[in-house]
Amino acid sequence: MRHIISILMENEPGALSRVVGLFSQRNFNIETLNVAPTEDPSLSRLTVTTVGDDRVIEQITKHLNKLIDVVKLVDLTEGNHIERELMLVKVKALGAARDEVKRTADIFRAQVVDVTPSLYTVQITGDATKLDAFLNAMAPLGILEVARTGVSGIARGDKVLSL
Amino acid sequence: MELLSGADMIARFLQDEGVEYIYGYPGGAALHIYDALFRQDKVKHILVRHEQAATHAADGFARASGKPGCVLVTSGPGATNAVTGIATAYMDSIPLVVLCGQVMSHLIGDDAFQETDIVGVTRPIVKHSFSIRHPSEIPEVLKKAFYLAATGRPGPVVVDIPKDMTAPTERYEYVYPKKVKMRSYNPVTRGHTGQIKKAVELMLKAKRPVFYTGGGVVTGKASEGLTDLVKQLGFPITTTLMGIGAYPQSDQQCLGWLGMHGSYESNMAMHHADLIIAIGARFDDRVTNNTSKFCPTAKIIHVDVDPSSISKTVRADVPIVGPSSSVINEMISLVQGKSITSPEALTDWWQQIDTWRADREGKLYEPSKPGEVLKPQEVVEALCRVTRGEAYVTTDVGQHQMFAAQYYKFDKPNRLITSGGLGTMGFGFPAAMGIKQNYPDDDVVCVTGEGSFQMMMQELSTCKQYGVGVKIVNLNNASLGMVRQWQDLNYKSRHAHSYMESLPDFHMLIEAYGFTAITVNTIDELEPALERAFADKHELVFLDVKVDPFEHVYPMQVPLGSMRDMLLSKTERT
Ligand SMILES: Cc1ncc(C[n+]2csc(CCOP(=O)(O)OP(=O)(O)O)c2C)c(N)n1
Ligand SMILES: [Mg+2]
Repeated sequence: MRHIISILMENEPGALSRVVGLFSQRNFNIETLNVAPTEDPSLSRLTVTTVGDDRVIEQITKHLNKLIDVVKLVDLTEGNHIERELMLVKVKALGAARDEVKRTADIFRAQVVDVTPSLYTVQITGDATKLDAFLNAMAPLGILEVARTGVSGIARGDKVLSL
Repeated sequence: MELLSGADMIARFLQDEGVEYIYGYPGGAALHIYDALFRQDKVKHILVRHEQAATHAADGFARASGKPGCVLVTSGPGATNAVTGIATAYMDSIPLVVLCGQVMSHLIGDDAFQETDIVGVTRPIVKHSFSIRHPSEIPEVLKKAFYLAATGRPGPVVVDIPKDMTAPTERYEYVYPKKVKMRSYNPVTRGHTGQIKKAVELMLKAKRPVFYTGGGVVTGKASEGLTDLVKQLGFPITTTLMGIGAYPQSDQQCLGWLGMHGSYESNMAMHHADLIIAIGARFDDRVTNNTSKFCPTAKIIHVDVDPSSISKTVRADVPIVGPSSSVINEMISLVQGKSITSPEALTDWWQQIDTWRADREGKLYEPSKPGEVLKPQEVVEALCRVTRGEAYVTTDVGQHQMFAAQYYKFDKPNRLITSGGLGTMGFGFPAAMGIKQNYPDDDVVCVTGEGSFQMMMQELSTCKQYGVGVKIVNLNNASLGMVRQWQDLNYKSRHAHSYMESLPDFHMLIEAYGFTAITVNTIDELEPALERAFADKHELVFLDVKVDPFEHVYPMQVPLGSMRDMLLSKTERT
């Protein structure tokens, strides 16, 4: 099963490489990875999506917790949560396809954020399945480049991941 | 307020931390630190002949004493030479603080002379690492390094120190930090009481229980408690290689150690148990054999200070995260005054175990006859007699390691010093050196093989410089015996590179360093040579004991089998 694990870690050089290194060292898999500082400049938040059975996920969270730089973590998929990813896509937009790209973008509530005579750059946010669906819809029109941020997430309701 | 340079802070901190010996080797990036060590005399620096030996020596001291060992090396090749020793300590959870010089901070990343990213290189084999970014951080970072190394599940910590951080011209305030706190590191201090109760209930109800305890009881300093608990319950106990001595091996309840080359009765008892009480052991593949066939009828209680060790390879029924000592003490207080539900079942269980024991008695190996080539096993038995079972015994890796562990009887923890997790040839001699320096009045002996010894024999020179009187028992089978054994069993005796051509004349080699060497060929020469070797505690003596090159280590678990699937000799299997 796919899990989204969000980690608060010391904003120190080397901390990120320890987390990433752990995954390769122990043969755990990383699907997406997203990291940025938080409102507290001493902490970064790292969100990783990974796939594994319960035993593997248990090992992943235990080993992450063992890293000295990791302060706290949560497996968001254990409860209700909000999952978002941002994607920028450059698509060919010539002739009839120009309208088709725009229409499809509208259906997905994506925005065209840059234009040239021959292409559109579209921005879209959502969960991973929505972004995948958008890429599928765009594929016949000619995708030139894709930039995805990887999943970021937060728990629904009163639950807060903080110190 | 005291103003010190970074280098002086390091020297001063080591004094304040109570470090007596630091093992190391100098080089450009570490020279300010070496100068600071030169100008004081409390911390004694031991100059090894290879950085790997520095790490093993400090590690040996740490294993014998339970305190962190300390190492100082220069950048680049100095640091990379230390890597094998860091990995060795990591695999066996040994507290070690390794200070590495580094090129000046403004050169980092430029491929400067003797630059390596040692923090990167060692990342998967350390508990944690630090890079010093300002000299004023030094006292706190070093305190954190020692704290991390020694607490929770111990392990090696690397501190990378760019040369400019130790410049003699810049001085900063020095205060010894008595304590440190880290918000992201809070090792557990006790186990969950509810879980411990559950475990004790299972223990009292068990019909075929067995304790299976490991290095965590040794590093957790819990062996007295363990002995009490096991005695009170009257259960059998087997330990891992790393856990040897945590419970006295001469006691009837001890079945020896378990796993690939463990005792027949240990492996049989594990396989047939209905309850396994694992404490400070990690269900390593050299213990469990095939996990899918592991102990089919047992419920498993697993106590470990490191939650990630629990249910890693074998699922625990009652997991308990906590230090072995406090969990054991809680168990003792819960057991007190209670009796087991079915004493008859336990009596039957013991009868079964005693039958297994009797099955193998006198059949473990065939001693040599007068005039014949010696068996390695009888050499270790004689060593045990001559040292009354009280020596610190370090080993290298191979058949001799297994024979040392099988035939020397340990009644105390911290006495068998062996590289269990990484299996590092070359470990034994420098480890013995580190121990002997710290325990000059005890017998310290390295049981080695001619293959392993040659990996670190340059340390003879260090022993000469500091007058270190270790004893070396070289079980010389003129081959990489353990490799050869596997080739006999799995490759139709095709001995690809498992024999050593052109062995040195060890006698002359040892004498070249000014030490005594004795060559032993037969049984009548053996005990007199051992007596002679141990006559003077302060003299290094090397025994070159010629042993049977065809001997195999048994029992040996059959690959992919269960605990009880063993070869018992060249012709018998379970
Ligand atoms: C550094 C290192 N290299 C290789 C090995 C693989 N290995 C394990 S045992 C062994 C043979 C050891 O020979 P020796 O020291 O003579 O001991 P013996 O088995 O003959 O008693 C080898 C090569 C190892 N454990 N460590
Ligand atoms: Mg050999």
